[in-house]
Amino acid sequence: VWDKSENGDWHCTASWKTHSGSVWRVTWAHPEFGQVLASCSFDRTAAVWEEIVGESNDKLRGQSHWVKRTTLVDSRTSVTDVKFAPKHMGLMLATCSADGVVRIYEAPDVMNLSQWSLQHEISCKLSCSCISWNPSSSRAHSPMIAVGSDDNSPNILAKVQIYEYNENTRKYAKAEALMTVTDPVHDIAFAPNLGRSFHILAVATKDVRIFTLKPLRKEVTSSGGLTKFEIHIVAQFDNHNSQVWRVSWNITGTVLASSGDDGCVRLWKANYMDNWKCTGILKGNGSPVNGSSQQGIFNASLGSANTSLQNSLNGSSASRYFFPPLDSPRAGSRWSSHAQLLPPPPLIEQSCDADTANLQYPHPRRRCVSRPLNLLPENEGV
Amino acid sequence: RALTGSVAGTGEGAPSTSRVFVVRRDQDIYIQTLRKLFNESHGIFMGLQRSEEELAGKSRKAQLVQVSKNYRSVIRACMEDMHQAAISTRDPALQGQYSTQVSILSAMELIWNLCEILFVEAAAAGPLLLRLLDWVRLHVCDVDSMVREVLSSENPSKHKLFWNVVDIFVLQGRMDEARHLLSKEASANPTSMNMYKILDDLMKKMPVPSLGNTQTLTELELKWQHWHEECQRYLQDGTFASNPHMESICKVLLGDEDAILEKKELMTTWYHFLVTRLLYSHPTVKPMELRFYAQSSMDLFLGGESSPEPLDMILMAAFEFEMHQVIKECSIVLSNWWFVAHLTDLLDHCKLLQSHNLYFGSNMREFLLLEYASGLFSHHSLWQLGVDYFDHCPQYGRVYLELHIERIPLSTEQKALKVLRICEQRQMHEQVRSICKIMAMKALRNNRLGSALSWSIRAKDAAFATLISDRFLKDYCERGCFSDLDLIDNLGPSMLLSDRLTFLGKYREFHRLYGEKRFPEAARLLLTLMTAHIAPCSFWMTLLTDALPLLEQKEVIFSAEQTYELMRCLEDLTAGNPDKQKFQDDDVETTKVEMLRLALARNLARVIVKEGTVEGS
Repeated sequence: VWDKSENGDWHCTASWKTHSGSVWRVTWAHPEFGQVLASCSFDRTAAVWEEIVGESNDKLRGQSHWVKRTTLVDSRTSVTDVKFAPKHMGLMLATCSADGVVRIYEAPDVMNLSQWSLQHEISCKLSCSCISWNPSSSRAHSPMIAVGSDDNSPNILAKVQIYEYNENTRKYAKAEALMTVTDPVHDIAFAPNLGRSFHILAVATKDVRIFTLKPLRKEVTSSGGLTKFEIHIVAQFDNHNSQVWRVSWNITGTVLASSGDDGCVRLWKANYMDNWKCTGILKGNGSPVNGSSQQGIFNASLGSANTSLQNSLNGSSASRYFFPPLDSPRAGSRWSSHAQLLPPPPLIEQSCDADTANLQYPHPRRRCVSRPLNLLPENEGV
Repeated sequence: RALTGSVAGTGEGAPSTSRVFVVRRDQDIYIQTLRKLFNESHGIFMGLQRSEEELAGKSRKAQLVQVSKNYRSVIRACMEDMHQAAISTRDPALQGQYSTQVSILSAMELIWNLCEILFVEAAAAGPLLLRLLDWVRLHVCDVDSMVREVLSSENPSKHKLFWNVVDIFVLQGRMDEARHLLSKEASANPTSMNMYKILDDLMKKMPVPSLGNTQTLTELELKWQHWHEECQRYLQDGTFASNPHMESICKVLLGDEDAILEKKELMTTWYHFLVTRLLYSHPTVKPMELRFYAQSSMDLFLGGESSPEPLDMILMAAFEFEMHQVIKECSIVLSNWWFVAHLTDLLDHCKLLQSHNLYFGSNMREFLLLEYASGLFSHHSLWQLGVDYFDHCPQYGRVYLELHIERIPLSTEQKALKVLRICEQRQMHEQVRSICKIMAMKALRNNRLGSALSWSIRAKDAAFATLISDRFLKDYCERGCFSDLDLIDNLGPSMLLSDRLTFLGKYREFHRLYGEKRFPEAARLLLTLMTAHIAPCSFWMTLLTDALPLLEQKEVIFSAEQTYELMRCLEDLTAGNPDKQKFQDDDVETTKVEMLRLALARNLARVIVKEGTVEGS
């Protein structure tokens, strides 16, 4: 566990070995419940941890203590994901296992983290790899959980299932399955709900996919209403060109980050016309790919370096939204060549005696100053 | 677009291979020199939102133009600061950065200025040209050094760049200055006096649009026709034949494209060329005609040698009155949403943008403002500006604010209170509750019960208040004293939040009364706590034990009736206690009960006597 100090540095304040197998996932509970973590592991258990405020000496030495409050041992196979439910549902978490069972636990007394009771066991029939709670706290939406499967056997079974809580039966039941997702799914994430009536779900599989699920009127069956959904795919990106392992949303559900076997993290955003496109690519160490410039205030949005891309789904060539990467100054371009060949901008050398009423700054088109709005400056080193 | 930030390694100090990287976007908000831009533009933005729309027509337009000018002056002020930073730093990398940023700010101001002329002011034919001339003069300063050099030389007319400077003035329509320079040439070369006089006269007489309503366009056009023909005659007569410079100037006056294009290097940009062309061929150009001239100017100027660049495309879109295109292109090219958000908002106030129905915000204005404000929230203090922007996004502003404000790190109490105030002002009850709960939890974990209690009271969280009160009481039982007396003593009406809290408050009051030796009142209170069931059963034993010293005072404090009540309480407690076994086995408990029974009995005896006695006066 890392803590951020007052001067903005991150320090590792606790590190402990506990599970007897790989730890697959860790997740935070909402701070309303205190400093609480959950972990899940290959060793078939999930655990809930709480930070204990220790002696003041420890604080000074930058150490924190975590105690295990409970171990959930119901699973007979590797527990592949653990996620806390949205806070409005109380202190609740869900786990999923390699044998396809999703378990939902609740701690009835939020002040007592050692008491958890198993409330639901859902059998998904396929080996589960990931789960995501729908964060919507709207009364119009019942609690909902999406489950992804990485089942590898050759079949065309839907690898994403949506389970919804039925108020009448007091059980979770399968509401939907995304039939178009037939490849192993590695991660899944509902986007924050901005008061929309429909839900947005991101799926990490052999590519990045974004779905919308629009609830249709609830069907009145004997078991009481189960929502039916209208499902649309609003984006599909294969830029990673390899398995996509994780997807994660920003606070407002407007940017999606994905990571893949190509060693890159990609950021996706919908523009104001509602078309999703790539707005950034990062290497494993966080540095931007293709030298999207770090300097200056206003750097061109390079977006995807793969203009070859895309996305028939998104229709128009996304290249309209991007500028092609500038590898070298274009022949004939006044700017580029001048910026490279001429001596440093006289701007610095000449004293500025302009009176403020008529501030004259080097015109942005000034040959000597490096292209202002131009993309991609100087490839460092060129 | 995301930029690298700090790197986190593993703990222990020894540098090991880093596995976790912290990346941040929108580094712009951390640039100190841009702070002024963000802060001051926020003020202008708020003023615009609040400005009355009662003003109609011309006054409203004047108001909006002023807002636009204010924005531009903020940009210029920022450029000034950035420029100062550039010349004062010794670090060449920083210098480079600052200069680039100055360039970019300059480009932004260029674009904004043009948008102001075309969209906000919506200059009509006539004034349009004058505005464009101003615009060009303000933004093309490549030639300033040349001008200065020539003007400050001993003998300007002998300077090798003399004619260049004259040309520059002519190209920019700065007739007086051109004529002034020419007069120096004339006095130096008497032989060309004749030519000079004619040229000077032509330049003096050139009809230009005026800002006032002193002439109609038709009048201007007529005058201009005549003048144009006059220039034509002189040129054809060969008046200037012996002086190629002057002849070329005359051609320029006639709007000869080739002649103007020859001076490409002095104009440096196609839009300068455009304005010069318009000045000398079509000074009464109408706004809607600009697009044709713009396109052809760009084509002629670039001449197939180079292709248009982002800035060119943006300006072209503006000349074509494609506002949405301008905004879109700017959004692509600029990584920070500042520019497009504020410009779009202004254009929206000018009622120039049609609403598209969007998923992210009801229109482009809202979309851009949401983006900009969201970016501000990652900054430790600029987020407060973001709040105001969200307030003015009618569709998604509130929910964006709710989501963002919950994520602000509440590193100090002051910050938490600041955030709370903002939420309370906007009736964001859930966020208030959540923040208070988080702070209460934090305090509780750190055993700061007083702080935890205050936060739960603020959150109106009865359950948590009960929990904390229990802790207080437990503490008291263990240690025999209260912590955070100040807080408990001054609970006031918030005491009523939860029964347990009420009890805590009242119990503390009992102790106070006892400390002030106001025994009868204390006694009454103590009894009420039990009989009115304010005290939890678990606490009765403690209360009864507290009664002991009152029972053993020299003076009789409890009345007979009160004593009976106390006895009843004791019996209720011991009889109805499920842990009767425990009671009987526990020696301490048994002893306590015995003592109480004894004390109660004794008190009863005394009080019966006292009450039965007729007191002497």
